[in-house]
Amino acid sequence: MNVTIVDYKSGNISSVINSFREVAKEKVTIEVTSDLNKIKSSDKVVLPGQGSFKSCVDALSEIKGLTDTLNEFVINYKKPLLGICVGLQMFADVGYEEIETKGLGWISGKVSKIDNQNGKYKLPHIGWNQINIVKDSKIFKDIENNSHMYFVHSYEFVPNDKKVISATTDYSSNIVCSVEKENIFGTQFHPEKSDRIGLKIIDNFISL
Amino acid sequence: MLKNRIIPCLDVKNGRVVKGINFVDLKDAGDPVEQAKIYSDGGADEICFLDITASNENRDTIYDVVEKTSKKCFVPLTVGGGVRNIEDINKLLNCGADKVSINTAAVENSKVVIDSSKKFGSQCIVVAIDAKKNGDKWEVFTHGGRNNSGIDALEYAEQMEKNGAGELLVTSMDRDGTQVGYDIDLMSGISSRVNIPVIASGGVGNLDHLVDGIKLGKASAVLAASIFHYGKHSVKEAKDYLDSKGIPVRI
Repeated sequence: MNVTIVDYKSGNISSVINSFREVAKEKVTIEVTSDLNKIKSSDKVVLPGQGSFKSCVDALSEIKGLTDTLNEFVINYKKPLLGICVGLQMFADVGYEEIETKGLGWISGKVSKIDNQNGKYKLPHIGWNQINIVKDSKIFKDIENNSHMYFVHSYEFVPNDKKVISATTDYSSNIVCSVEKENIFGTQFHPEKSDRIGLKIIDNFISL
Repeated sequence: MLKNRIIPCLDVKNGRVVKGINFVDLKDAGDPVEQAKIYSDGGADEICFLDITASNENRDTIYDVVEKTSKKCFVPLTVGGGVRNIEDINKLLNCGADKVSINTAAVENSKVVIDSSKKFGSQCIVVAIDAKKNGDKWEVFTHGGRNNSGIDALEYAEQMEKNGAGELLVTSMDRDGTQVGYDIDLMSGISSRVNIPVIASGGVGNLDHLVDGIKLGKASAVLAASIFHYGKHSVKEAKDYLDSKGIPVRI
């Protein structure tokens, strides 16, 4: 089996690569590429994302055919994809960071700034917060409710259909921090930086 | 609920830990990778490396350290010391650092923070402020505390937030190394003026100081070096203590 981490020149993905290689050991091949054919033929895809919604969408569009290839992988082939942080946010129809930007539209909804309640809450939301698991998700196998995960973000994904939400976290309000819709998985937190428990989520995704 | 973070800091010189944990079962007490692993296994919320390598020819040693550490520690890794420009930041991030802390370069050239936060995202740009009290204000020092820029630390903190810093690592030069506790007025002064997280640093001598840094200093995270050295306190002890004082921590 092989898992491809999409390298589309958006921010720092070395931690994502290190964590997947640590979990995969010899049993699974971890590819890091933007090669369209390799993405198409992989069993699973990881879509990381750092920086702003707009910068990530722009970076995806910079690579000719990449968005179409990802659409095909997810929508036509229905193969598993995991979006991390802005990778998850891009599932939305639209994002409002910097300027209104169209997302991938895989899960209907929008990405807007976390309400900091007039400065009561600091942004970015940085650090370890507990997740409240609201739906049985395949990537949460053997993950206890209220586990701590590492977060760094100022924007949140607000899906229209609340049934896709698999976990929330409490910061200013109940922020969506994990979604599952058929073959599409996403975490707002960083499993690659969330210690052993985060690696377990990665293992769950690899083992799907 | 968001937890307050405990961040052990390791001083690294020429690729070796200068002051480290002196555990009997440690194979190589000077190996930063092994020490970082002990901290992360012990529940550290983040690891910080401060590169204090003086000579330019040995600067590259830190990249090797970061690369090896990031393959073994799966908590955030912040690296600072001698970061001069976008290239340095890029190299550290590529080696596996999650955040880079910028000190002198942020004072000398405001473009470094503006450009790097745009290029890499604010989440990985930490501005380190070394501040020293002068009368009724604090002034920002550069070059490892050797040069006084004369800049007001509170105003500077606000400016760095505007420039795109994701966090501020605030060190009191008056308290650093004294073990008498954080400069609470400095920490709370900065924390109340900015809307980004503040990491308190400089002066921790006991676990109550960590409590004060969060409760009185209003810091989101507390950084300490010497109390974790030589096994005086473990990260776990620190967390249990904070927990007993009603401070939310990840246990």
